[in-house]
Amino acid sequence: MATTDIHIHQDVHHHGDGHDHDHDHEHHGGNFWTTYIFSEDHKIIGKQFLITGIFWALLGGSLSVIFRLQLGFPDMNLEWLKPILGGWITPEGKLDPEFYLALVTMHGTIMVFFVLTAGLSGTFSNFLIPLQIGARDMASGFMNMLSYWFFFASSVLMFISLFLETGPAAGGWTVYPPLSALPQAIKGSGLGMTLWLVAMALFIVSSLLGSINYISTVINMRTRGMSFTRLPLTIWAFFFTAIIGILSFPVLFAAALLLIFDRSFGTSFYLSDIYIGGEALAHDGGSPVLFQHLFWFLGHPEVYIVLLPALGISSEIIATNSRKPIFGYKAMIGSMLFIAILSFIVWAHHMFVTGMNPFLGSIFMLLTLIIAVPSAVKIFNYVTTLWKGNIVFTPGMLFSIGLVSFFLTGGITGIFLGNSAIDIQLHDTYFVVAHFHLVMGSASFFGMLAGIYHWFPKMFGRMMNERLGQIHFWITFIGVYMVFFPMHYIGIAGFPRRYYSWTNFETFSGFADLNMLVSLAAILTLAAQFIFLFNFFYSIWRGRLAPANPWNANTLEWTTPRNPGHGNWPGEIPAVYRWPYDYSKPGAKDDFIPQTIPFSETPESNLPHETELIKLESTSGDDIIIQGGKLEGNH
Amino acid sequence: MASTSVATAPGRSAWDGGVSPMGASYGKLMMWFFLLSDAFTFSALLITYGMVRSAHPAYEGAVHAFKFSANYWPVPEKVFEAVPFLHGMSLPLVFVGIMTFILIMSSVTMVLAVEAGHRMDRKAVEKWMLWTIVGGLAFLGCQAWEWSHFIHGAETGDAVAEGTTFFGANLVNNQYGPRDFAAFFFFITGFHGTHVFSGVCLNFLIYYNTVTGVYDRRGHYEMVEKVGLYWHFVDLVWVFVFTFFYLV
Repeated sequence: MATTDIHIHQDVHHHGDGHDHDHDHEHHGGNFWTTYIFSEDHKIIGKQFLITGIFWALLGGSLSVIFRLQLGFPDMNLEWLKPILGGWITPEGKLDPEFYLALVTMHGTIMVFFVLTAGLSGTFSNFLIPLQIGARDMASGFMNMLSYWFFFASSVLMFISLFLETGPAAGGWTVYPPLSALPQAIKGSGLGMTLWLVAMALFIVSSLLGSINYISTVINMRTRGMSFTRLPLTIWAFFFTAIIGILSFPVLFAAALLLIFDRSFGTSFYLSDIYIGGEALAHDGGSPVLFQHLFWFLGHPEVYIVLLPALGISSEIIATNSRKPIFGYKAMIGSMLFIAILSFIVWAHHMFVTGMNPFLGSIFMLLTLIIAVPSAVKIFNYVTTLWKGNIVFTPGMLFSIGLVSFFLTGGITGIFLGNSAIDIQLHDTYFVVAHFHLVMGSASFFGMLAGIYHWFPKMFGRMMNERLGQIHFWITFIGVYMVFFPMHYIGIAGFPRRYYSWTNFETFSGFADLNMLVSLAAILTLAAQFIFLFNFFYSIWRGRLAPANPWNANTLEWTTPRNPGHGNWPGEIPAVYRWPYDYSKPGAKDDFIPQTIPFSETPESNLPHETELIKLESTSGDDIIIQGGKLEGNH
Repeated sequence: MASTSVATAPGRSAWDGGVSPMGASYGKLMMWFFLLSDAFTFSALLITYGMVRSAHPAYEGAVHAFKFSANYWPVPEKVFEAVPFLHGMSLPLVFVGIMTFILIMSSVTMVLAVEAGHRMDRKAVEKWMLWTIVGGLAFLGCQAWEWSHFIHGAETGDAVAEGTTFFGANLVNNQYGPRDFAAFFFFITGFHGTHVFSGVCLNFLIYYNTVTGVYDRRGHYEMVEKVGLYWHFVDLVWVFVFTFFYLV
């Protein structure tokens, strides 16, 4: 049976290429709704994720600036925000303390899930996987479309929650019970929290639909010659990300369902021994630490769901723009695999101060610190790829280098935090905030921006303005460091995160200036993003027309027409003969050799073992016949 | 299963692109990956159950002297000992044993349906799919009875948790033991039951398509196989639920 399927599958995706394409062209005559809204084309779906992600990024960034105003300028009169925030500004012109918590919570939720998971992975996995492995589309276009629309529904609910009278969820993006479970505890734990949970459940469905699709596509739909060791590192990264996603998100799903039951149906999974106003609640027997275990079993892999795609994107961009093969291709894959595995067994380092057994803490500490090894391998590989390269400083390249810088700076503080003893001092201070904003927040955000600059020509057929891109980079790069570097000092001094105000504590008054600087830098950084927005939307319609291969890159997506239709390649899908990193190969005519060029055409630059491979090229992929003798009777 | 029958040109491997390297269609791969993620959901729930249960004291006394109490986790065979029509008799785990047997038999009939699909034998697929649906519905029916019995509980004062006068169980209170005992029972068997219910719906869809000849026209019965994977998975999960709730 199974082999019968392969014949069918091949018919559809390889032998029937020409026919498929004609068919797709008829589709394209379709109306606005089928082409742009309920599209099953992976490129449109990728762009839908991107636009929604940009919207959320703007909103999430604005929220952070509002609470930075409170932190940097505690005496400021915020009356002028009244038209937007209404009742959340108190009559004295201050930010409502509970709304401050809601802002922090929503900033985290939006950035982690809606921007850096859906906006980053959703955009680039969708857009690049079929283009870079040589496929007409995702394995299931319909499921892919569902994935976006589940995300959209989730976005709508989360957005609505911002406008509730009791405010959105306010218990922190980690929504620890009992705070998040008891509506009596805080206003945000009312309807806002309910909407948060429902939105996240939908988000998880969307993420699973997407991930299952990405994995199946990478395994089953690679074009002839595209073995796993010829995959661009972007695809490897998306592949690992999807695997992490399907293994960790279901655990958050279970945690969220249990929390929903505690909140709405009176169960006591996470609740026990709680007194409110001197009166005992009926809940009894549960454990709030249990939620933390379940949450961080997703929460830590989530860090890598956010980061790995950015690392994959930057690997590709840095190799292309250094005009050099990526250093340590297999080490890059190996380190990503190692990181992916480790990500599942370090979750309790978020919980060192929950009263866990110190011996258990030291095991988690050891595992956590081991992550430094594959991470360092990646950093060194980036640096050695850049070393003596003919570096082209495109905006995409600048942002990729920026990513490497953030990944290093933020990663080093991870070694401090991973130590269970030092963590007692640093836990829940601004040191942690600085650490994860650099290593995962800013690094991934830079990966996303790098990807947008680099693949914009393929997405929209036009170039973005390079000069504006460089200005955007420098302001953002300096701005991010100005925001997060001072935070380390504030954190070491013991200033706790999520506090509305510290003016009551004499100890912290010495940090008023530093906090003001951080807030000013945050405003500057957000302002710089408008340069990007202008550049992005202007270039979609008015940008310079893009050449077919603007960066002289090797990967398959640049062999498609300027504006690829549904089906990506007008004729047959090209076959692949080499890895994607043949840049500046000694002896070669050009400084790049696309994956579609057979070794037989480049005798001048072939290495001895590659000359051997020429023999195999004559047996093209079409000659591979899958025989399923035992199943002949089925027909 | 078909991976051994993949023959390739010399020097080439099935992983070199252009073919499905595992000898499985993308649909089947997707089902496998979905089941993998669903397995993590159930694992999370069962581990949670284990953690909460181990945080409660176990009953230490002799089994025949067991009484329901909120102070320790109940002994399962004292909770699940009722069988329909045999009112008042103590038959520990008999009914749930029957339920388990029904579900496992429906897995057997599913295997037969998949096998009939390989032979393109439409009549046999119809027959075995129908039996699978019947098995699934029977299981759900049994579960409904069991829940109903669990919810209504005892009629007389003997089986009431100490210090309360509560009969039966709901999500907040129950007569059998700590609050979390009933909450987990409802949540996990309910979550599994939801899976069985969606499985029955899918099975019915497949049955309908078989009867209307969709798969005959398509030339293969792969959909039966995919839904079969799901059905077996739901069975497998039940084995674990059964072990953790009724046996341990």
